[in-house]
Amino acid sequence: MCLAIPGKILSFDDDGGALKMAKVDFAGVTKKICVDWVPDVKIGEYVLVHVGFALNIIDEQQAEDTLRALREMGELLDDEIISDEDEIKNRRNTAR
Amino acid sequence: MSDDILEKLSCPVPFSNYEKVLMAHGGGGTLSQKLISKMFLTQFQNPYLNLLHDGAILENAGNKIAFSTDSYVINPIFFPGGNIGELAINGTVNDLSMCGAKPLYLSLGFIIEEGLLMDELWRIVQSIKNAADIAGVQIVTGDTKVVEKGKGDKIFINTSGIGFIPDGRNITPLNCKAGDKIILSGKIAQHGMAIMAVREGLNFESEIVSDTAPLNHLVEEMFSVSNRINVLRDPTRGGISSTLNEIAQSANLGIMIEENKIPISAQVSAACEIIGLDPLYIANEGKLIAIVSSDDAENIIDKMRTSKYGIDAVIIGEVTEENKGKVVMKTMLGTKRIVDMLSGEQLPRIC
Amino acid sequence: MKFIDEYRDEAAAKLIATKIADIITKPHTIMEICGGQTHTIVKYGLEQLLPKEITIVHGPGCPVCVTPVESIDKAVEIASYDNVIFTSFGDMLRVPGSKKDLLSLRADGKDIRIVYSPLDAVNLAKENPEKKIVFFAVGFETTAPANAMSVKLAKKLNLKNYSILTSQVLVPPAMELLLSSPSTKINGFLAAGHVCTVMGYHEYIPIAEKYKVPIVVTGFEPIDILQGIYLAVKQLEENRFDVENQYARAVVKDGNIPAQQLLKDVFKVVDKQWRGIGKIALSGLALNDFYADYDAENIFDLQVSSFEENSLCIAGDILQGNKKPFDCAAFGKTCNPEHPVGAPMVSSEGACAAYFRYAKV
Repeated sequence: MCLAIPGKILSFDDDGGALKMAKVDFAGVTKKICVDWVPDVKIGEYVLVHVGFALNIIDEQQAEDTLRALREMGELLDDEIISDEDEIKNRRNTAR
Repeated sequence: MSDDILEKLSCPVPFSNYEKVLMAHGGGGTLSQKLISKMFLTQFQNPYLNLLHDGAILENAGNKIAFSTDSYVINPIFFPGGNIGELAINGTVNDLSMCGAKPLYLSLGFIIEEGLLMDELWRIVQSIKNAADIAGVQIVTGDTKVVEKGKGDKIFINTSGIGFIPDGRNITPLNCKAGDKIILSGKIAQHGMAIMAVREGLNFESEIVSDTAPLNHLVEEMFSVSNRINVLRDPTRGGISSTLNEIAQSANLGIMIEENKIPISAQVSAACEIIGLDPLYIANEGKLIAIVSSDDAENIIDKMRTSKYGIDAVIIGEVTEENKGKVVMKTMLGTKRIVDMLSGEQLPRIC
Repeated sequence: MKFIDEYRDEAAAKLIATKIADIITKPHTIMEICGGQTHTIVKYGLEQLLPKEITIVHGPGCPVCVTPVESIDKAVEIASYDNVIFTSFGDMLRVPGSKKDLLSLRADGKDIRIVYSPLDAVNLAKENPEKKIVFFAVGFETTAPANAMSVKLAKKLNLKNYSILTSQVLVPPAMELLLSSPSTKINGFLAAGHVCTVMGYHEYIPIAEKYKVPIVVTGFEPIDILQGIYLAVKQLEENRFDVENQYARAVVKDGNIPAQQLLKDVFKVVDKQWRGIGKIALSGLALNDFYADYDAENIFDLQVSSFEENSLCIAGDILQGNKKPFDCAAFGKTCNPEHPVGAPMVSSEGACAAYFRYAKV
């Protein structure tokens, strides 16, 4: 529930099998994956793969937005990032 | 039954809650350890065996000789990067090297299942010859048996070997001290994942190849820099975590490693992610772990990186006073956790 | 790996941890309900980065752990037949049944194989027409479509020797059960990201409203989980109880429609027994009548009876987040990964196994 890994669509199988399959690349390891549930996926896009099936197309814009939100959070806190775990745990925002 | 009660029994199966031997008993993790320590060692005790190193160190007329044995039962017998033949040679060559010995002479025993193709046997024999030449060892004695179809698994191979240990070398975890550096000679989990790629139907169209290799030349390069090498081990079954745990227990010291420092190829890492296996527990065949004096660590690494099988050598951690007998890892997030011994067989996760 | 490495960044983790520490003013208990998230939290020691006001509890999100003993016994019975190739995901092999587990049955010589995908089991059925191939179809909503697809494909290929033994569970009923308990301590939820990739998250909106708990759809990498916790804590501090989507790169509100349609085509919703918890109404999936011929329980004459759990095992309390593995008298002693007493010690997603393996220093 669930080991799903992002992989990049390299090519589609056109052997007319019962399922629509694609060759998906995971950082240099390739595997044939069923893409029946992501009919609009294109070559070069990333999909989330679970037990041999693509569950969804990864929204690269959303991924970038998530990381950008993190970076912006970082800019606001620039001087204040605490690197010691104990300090993080004990910190209180006394200004509230 | 508690372990205490069991230890007092003289029954030939003194320890086990298991009626039968499981695959995990050969896996290199806790169950293997228990089988060996509680059933075998209790029967065969002697000072050579009790050290529990990769090979026994024997003395004769002032010379130190290392003696080691290993059996190879791998399936499939041909895999990306090699076959059972070279594995059998490199494995025993490496066990001898891990004693600080220069491997010289090997025995070779075949147990062949009726029906094995002659062509396959020939390919294996050629690989054995090739591997022996590269390692610089000679096969000086051997044995051949054939068993009925269904009673073997194509071919099993046993190799035993001897080598001489030059003066000045003293490999034992008991020499470790806090502050010693832990060296790993290269990228992990290649062999195990190469095998997984072929076996159990987990097929990848990839180029993960076994890292089977003879390490004796690399070890000699290391000793040319310094004799202050306290431990040498090749982390085969059970992966680097099992080996490090064994060392920590034998030395009764702690080991601290850093996740960020552990080298792994992107492909092997991806394959582990896909199947849901932890690379720390996956077998290596052409890698070594060395624990060396901190003064010499950098020089040893530099020398290793000039050698074919040591180009990715790196310091991954150090020996500590704290957490005796345990392996602690600083994760890539900077938090700390215990790296436990493998228990049972590592089964792929679904979730 | 892209879309993984960025979410394991140390600086980002510490950044979010600092932010959480900044905004928190009172204690909160947050439950995550996915074994994959349990695994990440314990493996990366995320609790070491959180302020002491936050308590993370692990819910029944491990399908291996909640598979009833009766299902394991049925699997063992089926796998004992000589003309059967029994296939399964890896973790299921070690789960103890009332007498045996599949791993020791394999040691007895029965043909039991680990597969990566149910499609591999269908291929085995094609390649071995003289054998009966049975696949142990375990999982939450993430895995259900794959299990369904294997049956649909087998029927399309007119395979007569393929069947599945089902133990499929649904998340929302379990969440409702936990939240409706009078002794619940749960203030907020991290919803399982990949379940939501399939099902979307509209089902959680009425739950959030009814029980007034924030629910954050969360991914599986350490940064995802920290961010999910941050968003949940922010809502709790602001007295909001909305459904938010942290895992927007993989989840949309409506989920994956073709996968959901497949579930409707192949399965029906049924009452289901959860190991350690009991029966939860309408919380499981079983094959519908159109696919009855692919249901292993119809093909094999199974003699399994119900089973009393070992009283030592407090899996129920652990799966409901009321206790932690350390609270169990058997933890690490009579119960450990080599000799598991209960299911949460078997699967590496189970809380007990995760705590055992990734013990804090």
